[in-house]
Amino acid sequence: MSRTDVLVDADWVEAHLDDPKVVLVEVDEDTAAYERNHIRNAIRIDWTEDLQDKVRYDFIGKDDFEKLLSAKGIANDDTVVFYGGNNNWFAAYAYWYFKLYGHQSLRLLDGGRKKWELDARELVAEVPTRPATQYKATEQDRSIRAFRDDVLQGIGTIGLVDVRSPDEFSGKLLAPAHLPQEQAHAAGHVPTASNIPWSKAANDDGTFRSDDELRELYTDEGVDLGKDLIAYCRIGERSSHTWFALSQILDVPNVRNYDGSWLEYGSLRAVPIARGSEPGAPQAV
Amino acid sequence: MAKETVIQGTVARDGEPVGGAYVRLLDSTGEFTAEVPTSATGQFRFFAAPGTWTVRTLAPGATVDRTVVASQGEVAEVDVALPA
Repeated sequence: MSRTDVLVDADWVEAHLDDPKVVLVEVDEDTAAYERNHIRNAIRIDWTEDLQDKVRYDFIGKDDFEKLLSAKGIANDDTVVFYGGNNNWFAAYAYWYFKLYGHQSLRLLDGGRKKWELDARELVAEVPTRPATQYKATEQDRSIRAFRDDVLQGIGTIGLVDVRSPDEFSGKLLAPAHLPQEQAHAAGHVPTASNIPWSKAANDDGTFRSDDELRELYTDEGVDLGKDLIAYCRIGERSSHTWFALSQILDVPNVRNYDGSWLEYGSLRAVPIARGSEPGAPQAV
Repeated sequence: MAKETVIQGTVARDGEPVGGAYVRLLDSTGEFTAEVPTSATGQFRFFAAPGTWTVRTLAPGATVDRTVVASQGEVAEVDVALPA
């Protein structure tokens, strides 16, 4: 797999806007963005309202995912192209989420909504309708999703990639300065984790850096691309962006996204935590 | 609000506010810290820490950098004029 299998550019999207087997999906943190305007024929998925279970602190189940995609008019053999704001944070998250439930043909629009806007391409307010489908999902692909115990048991053997800002990593801050809500109890990082902020994987315009730049970015910080890796951040959407870079662009074979991330880990009783700018050594439990 | 260190301002072109531009806050080593789109009235705001920052504005056809020094508990105003 290479970047041409997983990333599309704006010209490709424009050429496929009327292709019924291509579904453009906008996923934003700021849900008002789609309502203002969006790429013609794009549908919206709300990462909170649509993708999170209403009772369990978890994703929606397989049955609900099938209902959601059927209602949205997405067919199993459609190519789903994600894009959105925040440099494609939530678009990458939705891509990973769809992959988790087995959707085969997925793409990310390189540069997301920002690059589309900076290139002054057309945005419309009209909302498309898609006829309902009968979508069938698989069970979750756990080879790309990590849980709390995977992280705890993996300290010292698995490569951990913490993609938060240096101040969150070191323990100076519990959350990004402009997102003070949802803080864990403790500050710091998982011992042995390397810190490569997600933003370093992208250019100013939101597109991903080149393969060589990406490879160097991670290996320079001591990440062994031959090992099993787990990426995490605060709630798993910045780390989806990095999961995409490692797994989908660089084709690193075993990369999982830990969506519980620091919000969960930093609130666990009696787990090892490291502070400061160094990864830190495994700690005796 | 009184204790916050704030960097805020307006992006304009030919005196007209530019909504939907992207403003990035870079730290003193040039590393990305945060990014916000400007409002319909061209405004942006960051909560930052004291120190020297670069405010980089991206808009169709233009990229403009401004250096700003933020002080503890104060609001640093930055007005960004895009080339016509």
